[in-house]
Amino acid sequence: MNGARWETVIGLEVHAQLSTRSKIFSGAATAFGAAPNTQACAVDLALPGVLPVLNRGAVERAIRFALAIGARINRINVFDRKNYFYPDLPKGYQISQFALPIVEAGALTIGVDDGEKVIRITRAHLEEDAGKSLHEDYHGMTGIDLNRAGTPLLEIVSEPDMRSAKEAVAYARALHTLVTWIGICDGNMQEGSFRVDANVSVRPVGQREFGTRREIKNLNSFRFLEQAIDYEARWQIERIEDGHAIEQATVLFDPDSGETRMMRSKEEAHDYRYFPDPDLLPVKLDEDWIEQLRSALPELPAQKRARYQADLGLSAYDAGALTASRATAEYFEALLAALPQADAKLAANWVMGDLSAALNKVERDIADSPVAPAALASLLGRVQDGTLSGKLAKQVFEAMWAGEGDADTIIAARGLRQLSDSGAIEALIDEVMAANAKSVEEFRAGKEKAFNALVGQVMKASKGKANPAQVNALLRRKLTGMD
Amino acid sequence: MSLSIDDVARIAKLARIRVDADEASAYQAQLNGILGLIEQMQAVDTAGIEPMSHARDVHQRLRADEVSEPDRRAAFQAVAPMVEDGLYLVPKVIE
Repeated sequence: MNGARWETVIGLEVHAQLSTRSKIFSGAATAFGAAPNTQACAVDLALPGVLPVLNRGAVERAIRFALAIGARINRINVFDRKNYFYPDLPKGYQISQFALPIVEAGALTIGVDDGEKVIRITRAHLEEDAGKSLHEDYHGMTGIDLNRAGTPLLEIVSEPDMRSAKEAVAYARALHTLVTWIGICDGNMQEGSFRVDANVSVRPVGQREFGTRREIKNLNSFRFLEQAIDYEARWQIERIEDGHAIEQATVLFDPDSGETRMMRSKEEAHDYRYFPDPDLLPVKLDEDWIEQLRSALPELPAQKRARYQADLGLSAYDAGALTASRATAEYFEALLAALPQADAKLAANWVMGDLSAALNKVERDIADSPVAPAALASLLGRVQDGTLSGKLAKQVFEAMWAGEGDADTIIAARGLRQLSDSGAIEALIDEVMAANAKSVEEFRAGKEKAFNALVGQVMKASKGKANPAQVNALLRRKLTGMD
Repeated sequence: MSLSIDDVARIAKLARIRVDADEASAYQAQLNGILGLIEQMQAVDTAGIEPMSHARDVHQRLRADEVSEPDRRAAFQAVAPMVEDGLYLVPKVIE
């Protein structure tokens, strides 16, 4: 096998926590961060005699997801019991969907180096989350917090369609953008609202059959996802090249060491003994409801990307960056609509450039940007009407960011108005030419570099306020004696 | 299909039920009786009949997404064997 070229094959299972107010089968609250067990009711605790009642909000979110990925919606779907014993699962089974999930056969398009790739989504099913076990500090006992027990999850399972850690991250990001975009999940990865399991295997390039896979559990950041897959693929290739076989296993990623380690082998794998939950009747979805949800769906990231390129003339890269989140796209569209002259490229450059740099610096979301779209539009209007150069506009933007007022107030207060009066600029040029006779001579002898030096001097003399295009034109005219 | 004694022991272990040797052979006979019944039913021609996933031919009612359960931790924890810091304490488990 030595020297063979290897291909990595990846499929992802994502658990997206659905943004309902109450739990999937009980009326307890789902808010994050409450004191332990204050949001765990009799149903969540599995006290005798309780029965689950399905939350309409969870079903609705699953349907919205199905519509957004062009999937089949199973008009009849069924809840099953997945049996295993663990103290943070008080019933001794998790209610999930096995044979008849609510969503099947969808797809998501991701951006890759050489264009786009379609990742197929096998299925997405509704299930309840388990509670949390705290293993430290309880005199050798384990502490159980059941606030999270019964929180609705949508488990989204992809086909093994990804061929690198980078593709897996691109898919996970696209999925994250989509579920937050359509408002079914808050996407908060630190709080565990979006968790990823990666099934990884390797095979020699050209081989049709898949290799044996190992599953990396519970990755809660895109960076860890990429690191874990890269490590795992290298580890598997080395094992095979050393003459070992890969055994099916579940592994955990340790962010500190950057390594994956075995959690349980195939022999210890669970036997879940799924069967339909007799406490829940089959769910029947009404056509009117589905159609109502379809018509209420917002314009989706892929649709916006296509429109930005076709109608606004933006590049694929710009269209991708502007649709990285719904808030970014909404900001961009509000800015563009408020510009005195429609200029999508100008608006895109500012959203992706100065604005996003400033937001990143203070780790603030674009939805709570201190500079609102209308305010930024009035600044860019001053660029469009020639009052400000690009450089001055950046200064004004910084002042707006610091809360010094609107664009016109800052321009007036700081005297930043661009100098566009030809007479005044010519006077500056004459001064600079007189004081830099050597550069003038060099330019006339054919040294183009000397021209830039002179432009710099004129800009300096104007304290950066001279209109750069005018300075260029007037200076060249004077130097070449065309004046 | 019939179950061996080993199958019975495995099922008991998965269900966390302690079953001793003579109980196991009694359960084996009972479980195989049930499987025999299923085999009999499988002889029925069900072509063209849609399978049911519940004994009752009705569908699930959905509830509105509203928080209706107040915090009753104090009452629930009053009957728990051991609690601390609002947590239920159980014998240590680390997988």
